[in-house]
Amino acid sequence: MIEIQNLSKSFGDLHVLNDVSIDVNAGENFVVFGKSGSGKSVLLKCIVGLLKPDAGKIIVNDKNVMEFSSKELNEFRKNLGFLFQGAALYDSMSVRENLEFPLKRNFSFTKNELDTKVLETLELVGLVEAVDKAPSELSGGMRKRIGLARSIITDPALMLYDEPTTGLDPITSKEISVLILNLQKKLKMTSIVVTHDLLCAEIIADRAIMINEGSIVFDGTIDKITDSKDKFLKNFFSNEIFNE
Amino acid sequence: MNLPQIKYIQNPTTAERLYAFFANISGLTIFNMEFLKQTFSTPIEIAQIKKHMIELGVKTFPIVSIMGFILGFVLALQSYPVLERFGATDFLPPTVALSVIRELGPVLTAIIFAGRVSSGIGAELSSMRVTEQIDAMEVSAVNPFKYLVVTRVIATTMILPILTIYVITIALVGGFIAITITDSMSLIYYKNSVIAAITFGDFVPGMAKTFLFGYIVGIVGCYKGFTADGGTEGVGRASTTAVVMSSLLILISDMVLVKISVWLWPSIG
Repeated sequence: MIEIQNLSKSFGDLHVLNDVSIDVNAGENFVVFGKSGSGKSVLLKCIVGLLKPDAGKIIVNDKNVMEFSSKELNEFRKNLGFLFQGAALYDSMSVRENLEFPLKRNFSFTKNELDTKVLETLELVGLVEAVDKAPSELSGGMRKRIGLARSIITDPALMLYDEPTTGLDPITSKEISVLILNLQKKLKMTSIVVTHDLLCAEIIADRAIMINEGSIVFDGTIDKITDSKDKFLKNFFSNEIFNE
Repeated sequence: MNLPQIKYIQNPTTAERLYAFFANISGLTIFNMEFLKQTFSTPIEIAQIKKHMIELGVKTFPIVSIMGFILGFVLALQSYPVLERFGATDFLPPTVALSVIRELGPVLTAIIFAGRVSSGIGAELSSMRVTEQIDAMEVSAVNPFKYLVVTRVIATTMILPILTIYVITIALVGGFIAITITDSMSLIYYKNSVIAAITFGDFVPGMAKTFLFGYIVGIVGCYKGFTADGGTEGVGRASTTAVVMSSLLILISDMVLVKISVWLWPSIG
């Protein structure tokens, strides 16, 4: 479904992505590991067209995203969901208005259909009671769930998650990870999850890659990545520190 | 829209200051051009424009009411002894009216409006920028420039002239109250003197420039907010620089517009 070919992105002298190539199959849960600042979020932002890569190709369903006109890019975006690291809920809107926003702007729903859709989606993330709350009244975990609900309300075929469990306690982290897995199974989405949370990846991932200093240093299953003898990978996943 | 990158530097050199100055000018020019391009593209966000006009009007209403009253009151009190010296106290109503309508009303309302609204817009949009809300809007296939910037700039451009007319009215009331304290003058005489003194050339240029001032307040606030970076520190910076920049641009454009209006209507010079 997604084919990234030789993608490179720099900010001034800082080379964030170096010749990165990835294939993600339809319906797959694909996890991208990496240290903070390794270019994971930049990769996601390049896929959705928020950042323009310096070189390479991003092919989604046989079409190069980088060659899209602004109209085509909008059509592509209508069919994807993006959960931002801080959930990025619109502060000036209630939870209901946050969820209604992408539907009202891009589709034609009646008032009743909107209400039903909002409540159904909140039911999926277990937060129906928060429908008329303001984002400022929600906890970190609740904000992530509402962010997730807003991302999936348009029934996207492709879902991108930027650090979905960062800043959450272990129990809420686990709940969010299980929720992501269940939603993926139910809605049959293709997912790319950027994280450095091994527990989250163990729950979600079909396949994972590790990015270090802008390049892919591992591509395989979670079992293989955690069993690897590579010192960088051992340092990343183990409680012990190994000298490289 | 490719805007020049302006990184905040704590102790900038002269060269860095110059770069930031010219980068701001070119950035604001590009931002203006984008605004003109997107304003005339569909859909027109009428509901959002209306919402912002009401919000901004309500937010600024109390402060401009107080400012307008004090402006007229103080102007009348200060002018009275000077006119009395020349035995010209009959000219007090026209003096207050012409000063307020031609210059003080439009400019002071715009400066207060800039302090209240430009900083608010700068803070709101910059906080949306640093918390990725603007990115989230873009990823939802919604044009954030059209939804956030165009609607606010149109709202500020439309609401400032209305506020200015209101301030002028309140200032004239304040002036009358000040006169009745120091001298005995009937309301009918005051009203007739004001109406007789005002001509088309006094009213139109003063009001016309308020549209430009409103536009400046909106576009500068949005520019500073939309291009903010650097976390919460960036939010504070966007809010402060929006007020400074818009106030300065209002004063500079006023100087130019007064010169143009004197050239167009020599009788008011």
